[in-house]
Amino acid sequence: MQPIEPETRQAVTDSAVSVRNVSKVYGDVQALKDLSLEFPRGELTSLLGPSGCGKTTLLKIIAGLLKPTSGEIEVNGERVTGPGPDRSFVFQDFALLPWASVLRNVAFGLELRGVAKSEREAIAEKYIREVGLAGFEKKFPHQLSGGMRQRVGLARALSVNAQVLLLDEPFSAVDEQTRRKFQEDLLELVKNEKKTFIFVTHSIEEAVYVSDQIAILLPRPSRVSEIIRPSSFRDKSVDNIRRDPEYLDIVDRIWASLRSYVE
Amino acid sequence: MTRHRPLMLKLLSALIVFGAWEIAGRVPVSYAFPTFIDSMAALARMTLDGSIFVAYAETLQPLVVGVLFSAVFGIGLGLWIGLSRGFEWMFSPIFIVMQAAPLAALIPILVMVYGIGLTSKVFVVCIMAMPVIVLNTASAVRNTPASLKEMATSFLARDRDVLLKIILPAASPVIFSGLRLGVSAGFIGAILSELKITPTGVGDIITYSRSIADYPSMYAAIFSIILLAVIFLNLLEKLENVLFEGNNRGYATD
Repeated sequence: MQPIEPETRQAVTDSAVSVRNVSKVYGDVQALKDLSLEFPRGELTSLLGPSGCGKTTLLKIIAGLLKPTSGEIEVNGERVTGPGPDRSFVFQDFALLPWASVLRNVAFGLELRGVAKSEREAIAEKYIREVGLAGFEKKFPHQLSGGMRQRVGLARALSVNAQVLLLDEPFSAVDEQTRRKFQEDLLELVKNEKKTFIFVTHSIEEAVYVSDQIAILLPRPSRVSEIIRPSSFRDKSVDNIRRDPEYLDIVDRIWASLRSYVE
Repeated sequence: MTRHRPLMLKLLSALIVFGAWEIAGRVPVSYAFPTFIDSMAALARMTLDGSIFVAYAETLQPLVVGVLFSAVFGIGLGLWIGLSRGFEWMFSPIFIVMQAAPLAALIPILVMVYGIGLTSKVFVVCIMAMPVIVLNTASAVRNTPASLKEMATSFLARDRDVLLKIILPAASPVIFSGLRLGVSAGFIGAILSELKITPTGVGDIITYSRSIADYPSMYAAIFSIILLAVIFLNLLEKLENVLFEGNNRGYATD
């Protein structure tokens, strides 16, 4: 078994997503090996690790976009066989339709589900307001900044009302200041939306800042080396997190365990 | 002023080309090369006596049939080739050969098989227009951004949705540029068939005027077909802009 931190045992009561003994082999490369992980409902779990540790692969397997070579995924007790209405995905490169307006992009998930135009546009408008893009409904993606594009991607994922949100390095393509704002907004979102968030990142500070639970993945072959649950600063206001002693300790500890894997 | 700049530049370039034509005609570079003004006078005369319209009624038949056929089947076949590896191996070589083949040398064979009627001329238009449409469509389809397809799949798109809502719009700029190239090649094919198979329509005006040394009429006919091609290509571009509004402004993920 992997070494598990003492804090882990307290809150894991109800899992929205369970990953059980998942392996993934590409040709002769073992990307994931016998990986098991629980994602508590209503919380944000980060998958953190050096590049090449298979964190995006794991996220895409949970999304149903990739098939595991062996093992299984359960979402709300049901086995995953492909993409489903219970999960929605936020892409690293935004994946917006360049020929469609912000409104149509946000409503696209509902459009694919066959929701009537007026209804899906009403829902999309609500989430466009929620991510702070009111007034930009008629704009096209190329007219927006990187941060605004990712807000569109986020609104699209929220509008289909899935219980599990999968975010694949969503803030890696936006600038540092926008990123900080995003992280604060994400904390708000986790608190208000009552959804389960699975968040892939390669930034240690980001993971510690936004997560209820951090799963450290180590590469070749990928496995969960450690699960960390910050306890004391989650309820503090966003301005105080970054100088909380526990925050700083966890950041240091994660770096100490990852540094030998970084080329 | 700045708003009309593109138009001004277009007019200026037309002025330079026609000016050079006029000067070259006046020098003259050859007795068989009329001035711009003489050619336009001949064009006006043919327009007024209606002979140019009679000619186009003839020429447009193989052109329209051939271009429509090439567009519909070319895009269809291109989609098919682009979506399936197997079909690429089977069909791509045919169109690459078609594109490179010396068409004028093939015309006698077409005439032997299909006679001198409309069928042969339609064939010539298709041989000119189709390869570039097929090959462009196939490569555009193959180069659909993988992340957009993945996005659609993750939001529960069916295969039909991926094709109609992702692949086709994403491929449309390259498909349309293939259409533009194909259509202009089709115009060349239509005239070529009228020069090489039987002189009818605009090809007849060109052949006949040359034989009686009425060079202004000959050049007027050539000018009119180029003008028609340019107008048609502009209309095609307008259509593209109407159909896919965001596409002509680049990809957001670039």
